Amino acid sequence: MGSSMTRGDIESLATDFYDLLESFKHAPVYHLSFEIFLVLAVSWLVFFRKPRPIEKKLTEKEKQELIDEWQPEPLVPSVDPNHPALNVRVLDGIVGKTVEIDGRKSLNFATFNFLNFVGKQRIADKAIQAVQKYGVGSCGPRGFYGTIDIHLELEERLARFFNCEEGIIYSYGFSTIASIIPAYSKRNDILFVDEGVHYAIQKGVEASRSHVKWFRHNDIADLERLLAEQEILDKKNPKKARSIRRFLIIEGLYVNYGDICPIQRMVELKYKYKYRIFLDESVSFGTIGQTGRGVTEYYNIDRQKIDLISSTLEYAAGSIGGFAVGSSFVVDHQRLSAQGYCFSASLPPLLAAAAIEALNIMEEENTTLFETIMDKSKRLHKKILSIKGYIVNGDEISPLKHLRLTNTLNTIGRLEEIVQFAQSRDITITVARYLSDEHRLPEPSIRLILNVEMNDEELEFLCTVLQEALVKVTT
Amino acid sequence: MPVNDNVDQGLEKKMNKSLSSNSKVKHFNQQESLFHSYADFEETPTWAAVVTVLGYAILSALGWLRDFLRNIGFEEKKTANDPNPKDFVPLYQSYECFYTRNLYTRIRDVFNQPIASVAGAKVEVMERLSDDFNWTFKFSGKKLPSINLGSYNYLGFAENQGPCSEQAIKSIETYGVTTTSTRHELGNQQYMKELECLMAEYLNLEDCIAFGMGFATNALNIPTLAGKGDLILSDRLNHTSLILGARLSGAAVHTFDHNNIQDLESKLRDAIIHGQPRTCRPWKKILIIVEGVYSMEGSLCKLPEIIGLKKKYKAYLYVDEAHSIGAIGPRGRGVVDYWKVNPNDIDIHMGTFTKSFGSAGGYLAGKKTLIDHIRVYSHSACYSSSMSAPIVHQIISALSIIMGRDGTNDGQKRIQQLACNVRYFRRQLVDMGFIVYGNDNSPVVPVMIFMPAKIAAVNREMLKRGCAVVTVGFPATALTESRVRFCISAGHTKKMLDHALRSMDEVGHLVSLRYSKQNHHRRWHELNHADYDKEYLS
Repeated sequence: MGSSMTRGDIESLATDFYDLLESFKHAPVYHLSFEIFLVLAVSWLVFFRKPRPIEKKLTEKEKQELIDEWQPEPLVPSVDPNHPALNVRVLDGIVGKTVEIDGRKSLNFATFNFLNFVGKQRIADKAIQAVQKYGVGSCGPRGFYGTIDIHLELEERLARFFNCEEGIIYSYGFSTIASIIPAYSKRNDILFVDEGVHYAIQKGVEASRSHVKWFRHNDIADLERLLAEQEILDKKNPKKARSIRRFLIIEGLYVNYGDICPIQRMVELKYKYKYRIFLDESVSFGTIGQTGRGVTEYYNIDRQKIDLISSTLEYAAGSIGGFAVGSSFVVDHQRLSAQGYCFSASLPPLLAAAAIEALNIMEEENTTLFETIMDKSKRLHKKILSIKGYIVNGDEISPLKHLRLTNTLNTIGRLEEIVQFAQSRDITITVARYLSDEHRLPEPSIRLILNVEMNDEELEFLCTVLQEALVKVTT
Repeated sequence: MPVNDNVDQGLEKKMNKSLSSNSKVKHFNQQESLFHSYADFEETPTWAAVVTVLGYAILSALGWLRDFLRNIGFEEKKTANDPNPKDFVPLYQSYECFYTRNLYTRIRDVFNQPIASVAGAKVEVMERLSDDFNWTFKFSGKKLPSINLGSYNYLGFAENQGPCSEQAIKSIETYGVTTTSTRHELGNQQYMKELECLMAEYLNLEDCIAFGMGFATNALNIPTLAGKGDLILSDRLNHTSLILGARLSGAAVHTFDHNNIQDLESKLRDAIIHGQPRTCRPWKKILIIVEGVYSMEGSLCKLPEIIGLKKKYKAYLYVDEAHSIGAIGPRGRGVVDYWKVNPNDIDIHMGTFTKSFGSAGGYLAGKKTLIDHIRVYSHSACYSSSMSAPIVHQIISALSIIMGRDGTNDGQKRIQQLACNVRYFRRQLVDMGFIVYGNDNSPVVPVMIFMPAKIAAVNREMLKRGCAVVTVGFPATALTESRVRFCISAGHTKKMLDHALRSMDEVGHLVSLRYSKQNHHRRWHELNHADYDKEYLS
């Protein structure tokens, strides 16, 4: 085409174009509308329609073949018959300060019997009285005639013990915190959780489906970093931020580490970053503080600033179950929305009676239980530190300590040898047991638990045996 | 295993008699009439559904009005206040608590009623009074002796006297109340082994493991059985603990219509043919979860058909017998006994000790390889305190009685008494013209009341007449399906049941509960002893 168009060509093009426009003006309406419709249809087909995938229609024969061919995995994988969980020591007697294993009495540093309430006559008597009045089981959930007057009494006593407005009890320690967290924190909310929390809290966090931000164990700087990051995100979208609830989940005294949380700083940060604190005092209830009221008492924190304190009755209180205390505003919500409370049978009355008697002992006027246990913990801590070759984790006032060997020596095999050696010398200790899907599996350790009624001699004996065990294992 | 043939036949005769004398019922042949799983779910009358929804609409409208008045300060806010400063994000959205504030609180006195005695066949309900329309309660100190139709006490073991409680008391003296240690550490007592062996024998299975809480048995152990890449097919009306366990496991969860075998089969076929969504990889395994007796419907699961499906499609079956163990079946062995299926066809048997054994806790039973796996990986075995000694001894004692090991036939008597009570109570209610859901042999007897206001009315009126009943509404049931749920016990005598029926008759007349279109509405007449003996005891 290269050469320029002649004037005639341009004129004819122009007239053609003019004719086209004229024809549009003279065309009937239906013709025009039809043309416009065609144009629109073509443009939709080309630009907007998503290509439909070609559906594979299977024949009945093919479907049957698929069904016949499918082979499921076995329901459960096979388990090593030598797994320690399948070869646990079988006991037959009271597991108190001493425990009888294979006919020999040994000192018990392995169970969570901090205040030695297991086997106490007073508690047993009250439990027996409860059986004689209420029978054994409660035969129903709290909503349907499973609420017995003894439950109400226990809730009131616990609330009074902690000087809070209301208390609520659960029938299983594990389910307590695992039901509480999902009752408040939902899909859009944020949970700031310490990495070292125990398994029940991890399950509660999982069940809540909230966004979880783990911070390094007891590392306030890491927590502040996460909070600051969240604040920046909030500023970008303030409308969304106003509907996201934030919670901080921590333990008073960590079961897996034995150390105490820096609660004062966390309470200060609460008012700066506007989150609510759920404090789990499973181990610190009845062991820390002048009167056993936990870390809030030890650090002199106003309990009204903590939104919810949860704990278990299965450790110091020597019963079964769990509880939570706090303001009525917070606690009352659980009565309708905590699954482990609404859909489960209530605590058997004899266990509630045992817990009430335990509280009676703890609240006695001149009790020296708590002073003693903190004191003995400190002394035990010093004694073990003096044994070279062991690393002791845990606060000095904590009655729960984790014992490890140095560096590469620290394997489960060696720790089990130490446990067996100790058993042969009539000291019962245990390696801390975890499931493999913990969020952050702690290093293998021996979990030492102090019973308040152990005397100095017995503590000395423990240290001697530990020293000898160390020698045996490292040579 | 010794099978008491004479007892079985006698029971068969009785059951046949009662069904044949029910004049309206369709004619079944001998075999079917014995164990028909036809569960009665009479349809909701349309007018009742309309009035119910209208009722909720009026309540909601009133609720909005009251909320508005509270917000502008005209009315006092009775709910507790957040102790935190105002600029914290509110802990509850106000619409979340709308139901609690405006509907639930009005009838709050009907739920969570405290008792002051053993939860046996008779119970003492503590009277609560309120000056401010149920926002706060005061105890008047009075105890109302009532017939207990609400507690789960199927075989009547909730007693504070007798061999079981004596065993429990002895065990407290020997073992103390708790061990404060887990099963993996120092909580593994001899009595736990004894309980587990006895339970395995009772169920005719290889092995069993017991836990301290029934809810936790489901919620903490289903994750060890299923995981990512697995499929769980769960009945629509399954208990919360099963749903929670399925969710925590990480597996995909699909529900099928309640007891609908065709729906289950079509979902199974689809699952195997199409595999996982998006990737189309085949599922690693499929687990079907059903319950033996459903606690809100009273229906029995169609076990033989489900086992047939499971075998055809190579799926695994988990049966939760919380309400059926001990209460169903000629020998009290649960739905397996009722349907006479091979216990090894069900992969995982689960149940609780709370209902029929008067104790607390749950168990899982099945093949030894399965139970070993659970012993190692169960969250509960690794982190929770082991079961309390008196709880365990109560179960062992109750089991011995049921199995006849104590030398008496007390156990068999209880089972028969329960079956008899259930048939009698259900028949009389149906004859009166109430809509009763569920299977004729299930000890859970739901009677429909539909309208929200009647939930409170029925409960209060029955309590006035000395019967403690459980009434439930939304959200435990569907919106228009509120009901009063009776739990029959072997501890109920004919006199107690007659009193309950008389009260129900009066209340039914007062509150208009006779909805049934299939049965005539009749006032209740007490059967004279001769007729009762002929029909139900002979």
